[in-house]
Amino acid sequence: MTIAEKILSAKSGRSAVTPGEIVEAYPDLVMSHTATWRSASVMQRVGATRLYDPDRLAIVLDHISPAKTEKYAADQQASRNFARQYGVGKFYDVDAGIAHLVLMEAGHVAPGDLIVGTDSHCTIYGSLGALGTGIGYTEVTSVWITGRLWMKVPESVRITLDGRFSTGVYSKDLMLYLIGTLGADGCSYKSVEFYGNAIPALSVSERMTMANLAMEMGVKCAFVPPDLRTAEYLQARLTDARPYQPVYADTDAVYLEQVDVNLAQLEPMVACPHEVQNTKPIGEVAGTHIDQAFLGSCANAKYEDLVVAAGILKGRRVHPGVRLIVTPGSKKIMLEAMNSGVLQTLLEAGGMVTNPGCGACAGDGGMLADGEVCLSTANRNFLGRMGSGKSSIYLSSPATLAASAIEGAIADPRGFF
Amino acid sequence: MESIIQGRVFKFGDNINSDVIIPGRYLIYIDKERLGQHAFEMLGEGFGAKLRSFDILVAGRNFGCGSAREQAATAIQGLGVKAVVACSFARTFYRNAINDGLPIVECPALYPVVAEGDVIQIDLAAGKIHHAGREHTFPKMPDSVRQILELGGLAEYLKAQLADEAHRAREG
Repeated sequence: MTIAEKILSAKSGRSAVTPGEIVEAYPDLVMSHTATWRSASVMQRVGATRLYDPDRLAIVLDHISPAKTEKYAADQQASRNFARQYGVGKFYDVDAGIAHLVLMEAGHVAPGDLIVGTDSHCTIYGSLGALGTGIGYTEVTSVWITGRLWMKVPESVRITLDGRFSTGVYSKDLMLYLIGTLGADGCSYKSVEFYGNAIPALSVSERMTMANLAMEMGVKCAFVPPDLRTAEYLQARLTDARPYQPVYADTDAVYLEQVDVNLAQLEPMVACPHEVQNTKPIGEVAGTHIDQAFLGSCANAKYEDLVVAAGILKGRRVHPGVRLIVTPGSKKIMLEAMNSGVLQTLLEAGGMVTNPGCGACAGDGGMLADGEVCLSTANRNFLGRMGSGKSSIYLSSPATLAASAIEGAIADPRGFF
Repeated sequence: MESIIQGRVFKFGDNINSDVIIPGRYLIYIDKERLGQHAFEMLGEGFGAKLRSFDILVAGRNFGCGSAREQAATAIQGLGVKAVVACSFARTFYRNAINDGLPIVECPALYPVVAEGDVIQIDLAAGKIHHAGREHTFPKMPDSVRQILELGGLAEYLKAQLADEAHRAREG
């Protein structure tokens, strides 16, 4: 069996499952973010008063944090009240950061776990070998109450990565390349597993970007099989000493498709408006004027991402025509970046630093006016996502973003090392 | 939910994402009416209003891709749309539509032959679409999933289940 087949069979009490089959699976964790109040209101509407297991709930108030209108304040209040009323221990308020990063940092995600949540980028949990996938808020309520949901066992795709990235090229570029090549539905309903001799050298942060962006090819889930780096990451974080069993695919596992990529052949990539699959090598878009540069989101606002950007911006200045908005992914990341001087570098270079959270990617500040162009390290560039329907969003790695913020136009980061 | 749905078709292309269906700034709402007022507004002023004169959306591949926002399905219902037929759906939209009681059908054969304004008839129970004297078949949903849709969505399904449990507890 593949990793997805093994996890789904374990969580549905089966000895084996096959793709296409529908199982009743019991997730280990149900994440809800800003949408928590909506799930709580459904709970009220259906007349339920008990949770299947409060320990399986995790709530992180991330999208609009802190509240910017009275309505958001009331919604967040409802979420807090729900958490208190039902004794949800894994509750993180508006100061914590982006749900995905917060939950992994806090040790709530372990290899082999099945995790569902009110966010499509739950696929990121696959960076630690967990099956993460997005569902809507009503379905979250259903899992809160019943403990389970129906899931279709996906077919699996194997992506093999060989070689090493050249300087200035990162896993964001790899993913933009894959999304551009395979398409927005290239892996629709599929589970993706990453293998190859390039994997051991990739940091957990780089793997998070991979599993996160995999969503943009339509995956149900994506995995980097756990290794020593995973174990090292978890050792420092699994504070509840929760035992876990990494899940690996069998040698005779069946894959629908095999994709091979040599990382050494990749160059910096940019996704152009208004679809992520609309990717181009940096050379074809370099020189495109930008008004705003957003270094943030669950895709690329981890500590390593801030370090990469700061490395390029140190001793340089952000172009006077560009607003560089830095939104650290979590409070922990922000603290680390503060202590190491990374935040100071970003500020001194001309950037501004906001509170941790989803920030401009979710429309929380950093909105765009008619005709404005934003280069972003996020995972989506859909029409109007950051404001005006007449604005444009390009996506890149943190390195390309930093180089572009300096130039005032999309720029190749390889000239900055 | 009715098993036969008939009406005029509006036709979309591929990869219509959930940000375009309902922008993130309106996720503070969960009611059909208010969401419907802002559905597809990124595609231009009056676009949503125009859609109200159609009954069924037909789309290409990967309809509803992107964000897992359930309100994408709610907003479409808020426009008075009765069903969506696409070559394929993104998985989050597929689930959300079922959970929201919005009938969805995967039928790639219809797409190339249907035009805006055409009238089609969908027979959900039989797995058939009638259009211009022709019949297109589509795979029926698994029974357990169709049951959710038939009750009008997951909230109604949960309500029924809880009532059933309470009844059994009283009897037991």
